[in-house]
Amino acid sequence: MQYHFDFTWLATYWPVFVDGAWMTVRLIFVGGVLGITLGIYCAWARALGPKILGYPVAVYVELIRNTPFLIQLFFIFFGLPSLGLRMNEVEAAMLAMVINLGAYSAEIIRAGIQATPKGQFEAGSSLAMTPVQTFRHIVLVPALQKIWPALASQVVIVMLGSSVVSQIAVEDLTYAANFAQSRTFRAFEAYFVSTLIYLALAILLRFALMWLGTLIFSTRRRAAR
Amino acid sequence: MTQFTFWDIFSNLLLATRWTILLSLVAFVGGGVLGLILLFVRIGKTWWLRRIVQGYTELFQGTPLLMQLFLAFFGLGLLGINVSPWAAAAVALILWTAAFLVEIWRGCVDAVPKGQWEASASLGMSYIEQMRHVVLPQALRISIPPTVGFSVQVVKGTALTSIIGFVELTKAGTSLANATYESFTVYGLVALIYFVLCYPLSLSARILERKMNAAHRH
Repeated sequence: MQYHFDFTWLATYWPVFVDGAWMTVRLIFVGGVLGITLGIYCAWARALGPKILGYPVAVYVELIRNTPFLIQLFFIFFGLPSLGLRMNEVEAAMLAMVINLGAYSAEIIRAGIQATPKGQFEAGSSLAMTPVQTFRHIVLVPALQKIWPALASQVVIVMLGSSVVSQIAVEDLTYAANFAQSRTFRAFEAYFVSTLIYLALAILLRFALMWLGTLIFSTRRRAAR
Repeated sequence: MTQFTFWDIFSNLLLATRWTILLSLVAFVGGGVLGLILLFVRIGKTWWLRRIVQGYTELFQGTPLLMQLFLAFFGLGLLGINVSPWAAAAVALILWTAAFLVEIWRGCVDAVPKGQWEASASLGMSYIEQMRHVVLPQALRISIPPTVGFSVQVVKGTALTSIIGFVELTKAGTSLANATYESFTVYGLVALIYFVLCYPLSLSARILERKMNAAHRH
């Protein structure tokens, strides 16, 4: 059988892919910012916080890390409404991404906090800082700096994982491919195009995060001098 | 109309779990074998072959697994092979798993100190002997915890095969949720079953890692 690849339909359908990619970018922006914030709080609770906080956080982290993102998404979108928690598909997707990234980044950031030398904590308390002040002003930024590459990888993984949100009808990049292939019957080409866009997004996101990392950590060091 | 009791839901989900386990095993074993072959190319001496494997891993790690599943499903069809969701899922997951395992294992080979290479070379060992007797046994030891850890990702990855129509735990969950309107219970149970599958793996990876680190400290 001879198959002829045909990408001419792209001339009509490219705006769908642009919109889809934009939705994916928006999802990972909100998911990334809120997810890492949640991760910082959870990492603090597990590494330094009181046990009564640390234990439930540990359960949350293990539950999320040991179940598929798709199931978390379905649980939030289809399961939670029976408890009266109703949200639209984009909100559900964002919530699922925040919760997912929160759990993974908590573990990564915790490793950074635990790699902080004990002297840093002692230095903080000898300056009469409270434990929270020590964490906020002394421990957090160097800890983030240590684990930033791992954190960046995790954000990219969550961005790629977000392709399943099309299953609850979020109009992301995968949805664009589904839409295009259902109209043109060019399934392979449609998924090929969106795969290439995902690859480009992954590379761009990684560069952006590494650039952000040097920006945050170098200005911090300059300010400290 | 059939009424589903809690136990009907639970037993149906458990029956579907077989397929999740089977697919995970196929993906992990197949991916492991392919990964091992690619590892030898990746750490081999031919630079352009190394580049190709490097490109392969970057391609599979830089694109969503869901896209790989779709491309396998529709792409194998283009080659004139009549693919079932099961075959497409197995092919895509094996390729995906291999891409990650190559990188993990390459890191383990790199972690073997350079002195070990030099010492074995000074004993007149050939490249293959160095690998066989000195480097790989040590790399193997380091590689066990991260490999077990990655198996969790494989089990979770199989959930995506429900989207191309393979009936495993997630797909059974979706069907049951649609039939019973009890999404909260069904997806809660599905999550619980995945947790029961994955948590022992995560835990043993962590314990293994702690044990190996203890051995290193001596």
